[in-house]
Amino acid sequence: MEGHSTYQPKSGAAKWLERRLPVIGLMYSSFVTYPTPRNLNYWWTFGAILTFVLVAQIVTGIVLAMHYLSPGSMAFDSIEAIMRDVNYGWLLRYLHSNGASLFFFAVYIHMFRGMYYGSYKEPREVLWILGVLILLLMIATAFMGYVLPWGQMSFWAATVITNLFTAIPLVGGAITQWLWGGFAVDSATLNRFYSLHYLLPFMIAGVVVLHVWALHIVGQNNPLGIDVKSKKDTVAFTPYATIKDMFATALFLILLAWLVFYVPNYMGHPDNYIPADPLKTPAHIVPEWYFLPFYAILRAIPNKLIGVIALFGSIAVLFFLPWLDTSRVRSAVFRPIYRQFFWIFVLVCIGLGYLGSQPPQGAYVIIARILTAYYFLHFLVILPVLGLIERPKRQPPSITEAVLAKSGSAEPAAAEAAS
Amino acid sequence: MPEQGRGWLDRGRILTTTDTAETAEPTRRDFLYIATGAAAAVGVVFTAWPIIDQMNPDKAALALAQVEVDVSALEPGMSLTVKWRGKPVFIRNRTEEEINAAKAVPVADLPDPVARNANLAADAPATDANRAADGKEAWLIQIGICTHLGCVPLGQQGNYGGWFCPCHGSQYDTAGRIRQGPAPENLHIPVYAFESDTKLRIG
Amino acid sequence: MRELAGTMTGKIAGFLLAGAVVAGLAFSAAAQDGGKGGDAGEQTHDQAWEFPLKEPPLLSWSFAGIFGNYDQAQLQRGFQVYREVCSNCHSLKYIAFRNLAEPGGPGFSDAEVKALAAEYQITAGPNDQGDMFQRPGLPSDHFPSPFPNVEAAAAANGGAAPPDLSLMAKARAAERGPLWTVIDFFSQYQEAGPNYIHALLTGFGEQPPEGLVIPEGTYFNPYFLAGPSLKMPAPLSDGAVTYSDGSPQTIDQYARDVAAFLMWTAEPHLVARKRVGFQVGIFLIVFAGLMYLTKKRVWSEVAH
Repeated sequence: MEGHSTYQPKSGAAKWLERRLPVIGLMYSSFVTYPTPRNLNYWWTFGAILTFVLVAQIVTGIVLAMHYLSPGSMAFDSIEAIMRDVNYGWLLRYLHSNGASLFFFAVYIHMFRGMYYGSYKEPREVLWILGVLILLLMIATAFMGYVLPWGQMSFWAATVITNLFTAIPLVGGAITQWLWGGFAVDSATLNRFYSLHYLLPFMIAGVVVLHVWALHIVGQNNPLGIDVKSKKDTVAFTPYATIKDMFATALFLILLAWLVFYVPNYMGHPDNYIPADPLKTPAHIVPEWYFLPFYAILRAIPNKLIGVIALFGSIAVLFFLPWLDTSRVRSAVFRPIYRQFFWIFVLVCIGLGYLGSQPPQGAYVIIARILTAYYFLHFLVILPVLGLIERPKRQPPSITEAVLAKSGSAEPAAAEAAS
Repeated sequence: MPEQGRGWLDRGRILTTTDTAETAEPTRRDFLYIATGAAAAVGVVFTAWPIIDQMNPDKAALALAQVEVDVSALEPGMSLTVKWRGKPVFIRNRTEEEINAAKAVPVADLPDPVARNANLAADAPATDANRAADGKEAWLIQIGICTHLGCVPLGQQGNYGGWFCPCHGSQYDTAGRIRQGPAPENLHIPVYAFESDTKLRIG
Repeated sequence: MRELAGTMTGKIAGFLLAGAVVAGLAFSAAAQDGGKGGDAGEQTHDQAWEFPLKEPPLLSWSFAGIFGNYDQAQLQRGFQVYREVCSNCHSLKYIAFRNLAEPGGPGFSDAEVKALAAEYQITAGPNDQGDMFQRPGLPSDHFPSPFPNVEAAAAANGGAAPPDLSLMAKARAAERGPLWTVIDFFSQYQEAGPNYIHALLTGFGEQPPEGLVIPEGTYFNPYFLAGPSLKMPAPLSDGAVTYSDGSPQTIDQYARDVAAFLMWTAEPHLVARKRVGFQVGIFLIVFAGLMYLTKKRVWSEVAH
């Protein structure tokens, strides 16, 4: 919101509203005329994709909530009723469950984009921190959402994760009982998870508004990581970014459609089609795929309390990323050494994810410990040191010049007068 | 503010091209945009439909939309109330007096002259024949919900020997027709059929 | 990554990875964790058994693939197998009689469904006296359980209640390893459940390997996911069910048919799902194509 919008209301009704609550002008300046760097690549479309998926999850969630019954004795059956009897219930359920998976898929890509191009660096620290906050809320929401079907995995994942709180010294047991509403995970736990699962997405939406606000104050980063120097470096958000985002969203929807219609249970676990049984633990308790790296970190540490601290620490460390990375250069495009460590880090995360899905035995344990140590080393040692000793490549003076150089100055450079 | 040329599309341009050719021939570009916009609109509609349709009664509710009742135990003068689609349905085997009392009333005297029978045309008059079961004039089957504000009337009470609604005093006669009180319509008659002399299917 | 080896980067990376390895090994040493968990398939000392002992053979199913469809005749045969064999112990609680007449299923007519339902006695009530009573089934009723409650089911079956079968085809899958897991996403493999059911039903009668202890009162099956043996004896035998359409009356055929039927009970909307999926897929591909052309057109005069 860099000053008043340039929106000129045309109709009488628009003028009337604009004088009292300038929402149209706000939307206009934020999403129509808003200057966007012209050199953004497709990794920048994931913000729009995420917004779309958030809305989709909220809409499908609200309609599912019209049919879901949260008492423990009814939850599993109510979801089967949705799948079998509710008109298009199967579609709405599969959209919601697979949408959640793709929500995390998109958010991890969005975050890796930020890490690669230095989008967390000055002046975007608050933007990044808001993003990590959104991630935390997403994790809580997804965890509670997975409990709702009240299958074996739902129940036992809830048991394992809520039991983590018993690791807290002195008050851990009391806190865990308070969370449970009883002496074990049961209907009381399920009901409050339902209530919070309905609430949290709206809090996510609120933080997303702050996130976009913070973004619009400082403007987008771009693949070169250099600041926008003039209006020439930018294009109007509509139609340029809008159309590009819609195209990327269409591709994303193809992926979602493939999941929903052809492999709807691929991301899930068969044990969750078994009703919850407090007396029988599944052979391997695994969370949904998007939690596997964190699960691997938790299990890698043999001490219960330190394992829990490492689990929360693996996300907490993200909050400090803007200050841990000491480099003056934002984008990995100009940081050849950092680039390699970035890809190693991506592989480490994928490796941790795989290890989280395997039983904690034998070689898996040792490798998980190595990768866990490396995960923290990346943030706490590699990034700070690298920024100080790396010699970055020379950055172009402006976005416009870089773009023109790339296109081989096929266009007459003199015609800049048009803007 | 670079607002000459093609308006909104200009906002991104730093380099002009000669666009005389473009303005003379907008059709191909416009067709693409129109096609894309139309496709997007179609997508939105097809996506919206399941979200709306899921609120319609689901298959389990529709399956309970038919109820079969064994009426063999109902002697003349006896009534039975069953639940159908969440509502009470009065099934009555009427006595001779009740039938004759209902037949004696001229339709023109009735506050609601229409039969309100889902098995007949919407404008069928409220004669006793149109209210009672076809070929079984003793049998009266009606939805036991007062047409005023939805209370369940009490049977064989009131000034007309039919039904009396205690909420606001509506009075129905022995054919379930409103005679007095604030109710605007006769008690509604659902779709039903006698599968046999003892088996009644409602819905 | 080529630069990684000989340069400053390589030295830094090597140092740090070595540090990570040392830290990791230190953790391991401190924990003295040998890594043998309490896996379901473990033998006490020498041999570690992993279950299932054998992977189920991959059969071809009519409902597999993008254009998958249920074979109505197969579903009807499978239903017959369920009725005559399985329903003596296993409930099918999520299936109502009316489901048998729905599109995309076994294709019974409304009249057949009504007659079938009436053959069953359903507990209903309470009546005006306050008692529960039995009445003939209606299409809206669900299949009754052979036992009044879980405890009775367990008591009648050696302490293990036979599980409900409605979702069995989605509730069981043998692990396929990471490579197959990736391939399965693209090949659209969702038939692990029916493959498992078929394998389990045909897998009785094999001899257990040397040294594998089979507890008393259980029956060895190499395909069983949760251990060496299960409480259910082989339920099928050749000729046990008389098919009226001339299909082979073999254990293998019965197993295929009932597995297909159970896939339908687990996913009754599979046919509609794949059909709508195809239409949505075509639409999205066309729409993405249009969006791509639009994007290219909009951006064509702008350097980027």
